[in-house]
Amino acid sequence: MAAVQDSAVAIGAGASERPAAQGRWAGLWTRHGAGYMFLLPWLVGFFGLTLGPAVASLYLSFTSFDLIRAPEWVGTANYVRIATADPKFAAAMQVTFLYVVLSVPFKLSFALLVALLLDRGVKGLTFYRALFYLPSLLGGSVAIAVLWRQLFAGDGLINSLLAQFGIEGPSWISHPSYSIWTLVVLSVWQFGSPMIIFLAGLRQIPTDMYEAASLDGASKFRQFYKITLPLLTPVIFFNAVVQTIDAFKAFTPAFIISGGTGGPINSTLFYTLYLYQEAFGNFRMGYASALAWILVLIIGLFTAFSFLTSRYWVHYDD
Amino acid sequence: MTDVTMSSVTAPPSAPPGRRSPLGSVLVHAALIAASIAMVYPLLWMISASVRPEDEIFASTSLWPSAVDFASYARGWFGLDVSFGRFFWNSLVVSVLTVIGNVVACSLAAYAFARLRFAGRNFWFAIMLGTMMIPYHVTLIPQYVLFLNLGWVNTFLPLVVPKFLASDAFFIFLMVQFFRGIPRELDEAAMMDGCGPWRIYWKIMLPLSLPVLATAAIFSFIWTWDDFFGPLIYLNDMNSYTIQLGLRTFVDSSSTSDWGGLFAMSTLSLVPVFFFFLFFQRLLIEGIATTGMKR
Repeated sequence: MAAVQDSAVAIGAGASERPAAQGRWAGLWTRHGAGYMFLLPWLVGFFGLTLGPAVASLYLSFTSFDLIRAPEWVGTANYVRIATADPKFAAAMQVTFLYVVLSVPFKLSFALLVALLLDRGVKGLTFYRALFYLPSLLGGSVAIAVLWRQLFAGDGLINSLLAQFGIEGPSWISHPSYSIWTLVVLSVWQFGSPMIIFLAGLRQIPTDMYEAASLDGASKFRQFYKITLPLLTPVIFFNAVVQTIDAFKAFTPAFIISGGTGGPINSTLFYTLYLYQEAFGNFRMGYASALAWILVLIIGLFTAFSFLTSRYWVHYDD
Repeated sequence: MTDVTMSSVTAPPSAPPGRRSPLGSVLVHAALIAASIAMVYPLLWMISASVRPEDEIFASTSLWPSAVDFASYARGWFGLDVSFGRFFWNSLVVSVLTVIGNVVACSLAAYAFARLRFAGRNFWFAIMLGTMMIPYHVTLIPQYVLFLNLGWVNTFLPLVVPKFLASDAFFIFLMVQFFRGIPRELDEAAMMDGCGPWRIYWKIMLPLSLPVLATAAIFSFIWTWDDFFGPLIYLNDMNSYTIQLGLRTFVDSSSTSDWGGLFAMSTLSLVPVFFFFLFFQRLLIEGIATTGMKR
């Protein structure tokens, strides 16, 4: 630390007065050492907690490992079993894709719709914005999952409300065809954070474009399709990628609502929940590592696909 | 919504032009208020259920309890072998340590990326951005094995130590963006006056970065407070449970009866997050709007 300060002084006072060798070392230290000093905690974390474990998990994915005995090399057996002989994996994939395909478009459409309403210069914008954002902050907690479990239970609040209209609702959470929807609704309920990003994006669109368009007699719908939507595509793209990756990784609500089982009949068996069961329920650490790498592969492929197709529909200023 | 007229030209520039008719405005407000009610209703219902007499919880869809009764809170607080006071305390300890770790370690790394010149800076910066994309599941199992061998399972260390190693790359990114906006003349002037990087970091960068440090601190706190997965894996002894694990245990043990107590403890568990929301919502919303944070 003292050396850093000395050499910083030297820069100010004229480094040429220093002995050549010492100056060179001090100079090197100033140029590189300080940077690495500041980076040290992150570097330790990167090698010790990210890169090392990632390599280790890739290795473990080719082994059979139960935490007690040493990992035993099994080649590609884990992957082969996942691909050909694991009905639970197939179920988890199906549930997870269904969840992604249902929750992301609904959530983003809702977020965009509300952002468009709010962007019209309504009074109380900050109030609405804050209120709509609240569920995004609370939604990841166990408390909200507990609440959801009650809301959609057979004798829960939703059915009590429906009963007032003479409708007898099923037990949403314990019916395999509906249970996934309770999780989709929970996800859509948290539309606030993409909404805020949409709002920020809408603010960037210059108002004179609308003025020019309406002078030319373009209808509101036309203005939306020809101005708002194209100029907002970068934000839509960003939100879609982030929300999709997030949906692939969802865990807590499915765990709490199904009591950790992913039931009924695997209908809420999110991929991460299955991974958790394999790793920390059955202690099949090698198998779970293979599952983790497949998740990475899926998310990686999805992201690459998004970026490749983005050039055809995302509008960038050039 | 339908009037496309010349009024748009004279409309104030702050609002998109030509979009205000009285009827349209009423409709918009009606829609927004309806959405607000639909969104907040479950939360308010939970709070009211927590102060209702037990037999009324499932009978009523109204938000107004017939009598206010805090018995559920007392029952819930001592509903498990370990009291919820303990869970709250554990959550507080983990969250506060995480906040300190994230703010210290991430600001150090961010300062290096934003301001210092050193060989390989761009390379490491790209790597750091890359780590943000990797799902934590990939490192989960070897990390668990590592912490198990260190004897850290059932302590808070696996939840806290990684934060002191700047494992939340997202906050580094957030701070880099902010640091880059601070005028470089300030560093250069300080350097002329003989300040080294440490003093520039401590005396110039940090004091000028309070908004971003606060944003990172608040998000760290909320995310850690809400975190379920980490504690689920690393904490097995009920005395070390965080509030989220305590709630989950309560759900499992009381699936039979005590909804009042469960809702009371659920409501309490949301209070700290709600507090931050109430007092720092502008900071949080700006943080999201400028960086596109996921939550």
